[in-house]
Amino acid sequence: MTNATLAIFVGPLVVALGFWLASAIERRRTGDSAQGFIGRNGAPVATFLLIAVGFWTFAMIVWPQLYMVDYSFHPKLPPSQRGGPKDFYTLVNYRYFLFGSPDDTSHWNDTHLHAFWITIFVSFVITIVNFAICYPLAYFLAQVARPGTVRRLMLLLIIPYWINEILRAFAFRVLFGTGGVINGALIGLGVIHDPVDFLGADVALYAGLTYAYLLIMMFPLYNALESLDRNQIEAARDLGAAWWRIHFDIVLPHAKPGIASGATLVFMLCAGALAAPLILGGPKTLWFTPIVYDRFFQAFNWPQGAAYALALLAACMVFVTLVMRLFKVRLSEIAR
Amino acid sequence: MSADIDLMNVTIRFGDFTAVRDVSFKINGGEFFSILGPSGCGKTTILRTLSGFQTPTSGTVRIGGRDMAGVGPNQRPTALIFQNLALFPLMSVADNIAYGLRVRGIGARERRSKAEDLLKLVALPGIGAKKISELSGGQKQRVAIARALAVEPQVLLLDEPLSALDLRLRQLMRAELRAIQRRVGVTFVYITHDQGEALTMSDRVAVMNHGIVEQIGDGPTIYDRPATPFVASFVGENNGVSGRVSKVADGFAEIDTPLGVLRGRDGAGLVQGEAATLFVRPERLRPAAQGLIARVVSTAFEGHLTHVALTAADGRTLTMSLGRDAVASDLTPDAAICVGFPAEEAVVLREEDAR
Repeated sequence: MTNATLAIFVGPLVVALGFWLASAIERRRTGDSAQGFIGRNGAPVATFLLIAVGFWTFAMIVWPQLYMVDYSFHPKLPPSQRGGPKDFYTLVNYRYFLFGSPDDTSHWNDTHLHAFWITIFVSFVITIVNFAICYPLAYFLAQVARPGTVRRLMLLLIIPYWINEILRAFAFRVLFGTGGVINGALIGLGVIHDPVDFLGADVALYAGLTYAYLLIMMFPLYNALESLDRNQIEAARDLGAAWWRIHFDIVLPHAKPGIASGATLVFMLCAGALAAPLILGGPKTLWFTPIVYDRFFQAFNWPQGAAYALALLAACMVFVTLVMRLFKVRLSEIAR
Repeated sequence: MSADIDLMNVTIRFGDFTAVRDVSFKINGGEFFSILGPSGCGKTTILRTLSGFQTPTSGTVRIGGRDMAGVGPNQRPTALIFQNLALFPLMSVADNIAYGLRVRGIGARERRSKAEDLLKLVALPGIGAKKISELSGGQKQRVAIARALAVEPQVLLLDEPLSALDLRLRQLMRAELRAIQRRVGVTFVYITHDQGEALTMSDRVAVMNHGIVEQIGDGPTIYDRPATPFVASFVGENNGVSGRVSKVADGFAEIDTPLGVLRGRDGAGLVQGEAATLFVRPERLRPAAQGLIARVVSTAFEGHLTHVALTAADGRTLTMSLGRDAVASDLTPDAAICVGFPAEEAVVLREEDAR
């Protein structure tokens, strides 16, 4: 572990040195009159900022992720044997993910792969459903409602999110359970005679996931729509466009960066959600993150867990990149 | 194609506030008609009513003889040019111009040739592929006009579209707008608070204040024969002196003022004893052998005219504008002079009821 400790403390210094070099080069290019980063902020503040940022990026983000990548290519070993002769780079964990066995590649690992695709597919559907729910509401808030109404509705949207995720998930269990509110109401109204197993059919899970990330779609969308000049909408209308055309030609193109950032966030968070699937999933529910969790804490196979988590991360990144390419959105637009 | 517009007893209220108060007037087909007034006078509300974005609380709007009640903005024979132009920044110039044609289902080839024709009409040939952000202010202006004309409206509504331009460009665009209007023959309804714009471009001008139309007429009528004190003081510079009517005869009225008895044309069918104000334009005031005694405060040289600020006997400020050859050497600050005006160059108007 001394290597790790060393990396934590040397890493930021390397980053700080890099910043200092960059500012020195900048100063040389722009002449002495232009002040560099250190000149503008003073040496103590600049040093602190550089080291703090360096520590943050390296020790908190880059290093642990790299550690996980490294981990995923090692076999599962007791601590005493790590770094020993049995510790070597291997694809065994990825092989296990694909084929369900460390060395037999004749059968696919159906259970895990199925969960993997279901997770990505359902996350995609939930992202679309979230967009469908949020777009009319965000449009109403941003372009139609009066300021007072906007404030009140925003508050109504935000307050439920004060309740923590686990409690909210349990509330959905109460709503959707066989003896729950919805079944009770449906039976009371005479629509059904026997309670429907919403939990087993994953209805509760999908509803819970949809609800959990609603605001994350809402705010980027609202921000994007709010910046649209209302005259643009009226101009299109004045030129004869029907309302749906105005949305397709004027509003949606304007909101594209907001839609892209909202959709990316919802998709990534949904695919990586843990609490909702654990609490709202039925006995046969297939969601990938609980499987990853089990690799780590039930099977105590950290290298395998790391491989599973990275496989999900990579698949999500590829998927998001493809969708962005399809809709011609650049990464820089999302960050706007 | 152009259409006439008929407003009949149009009233528009927003809650307790009455933006437009029982307004009736008629705009002829093919006319360049301006609505002039200070901000908040209701002119923009009338424009939005004509374009269909605002529904009158009561009254009728007819365009081309057709009642517009229940007809949405996208179905009216009108096109609106917004104050900020509202060009679509994500579309090219040609796509902007052809947007109205696209929503009407007209094919791409026809759209392209129509857009090119319209760009020629507004003197910007060949820039169809450019982005909106690459255009200058004047070019954006022309593209907005082309976009509105593309849908072949019978009425073009313009909401102070020149206000964002600098002075030189604004003057250029005035002439340009007038020329375009003559070429296409469409009815133009032009909203402005700039009297210069209204007077130079329009066939007729409606002057509005506090939601009512004070006067409608061509430029010289509005300027020379104002119907109300508001028109007299809002359009062009004017010196106003208030008093009480002492005598009305032969189309002239005399009023008793703190500066003595003054005589001017009777502009309102006055009755003896009424409160009234006499208005005389600065360029009509002249140094005279007898008349009002005033003290010179300062003189301001403005090329073809020299403006002389005066203080009258009761302390009110008067302005006299003199041509170059009329400026005398005795107009030094603090000098006491005597100014006068021919009675037919001044107008006496009834004092408005306190609103």
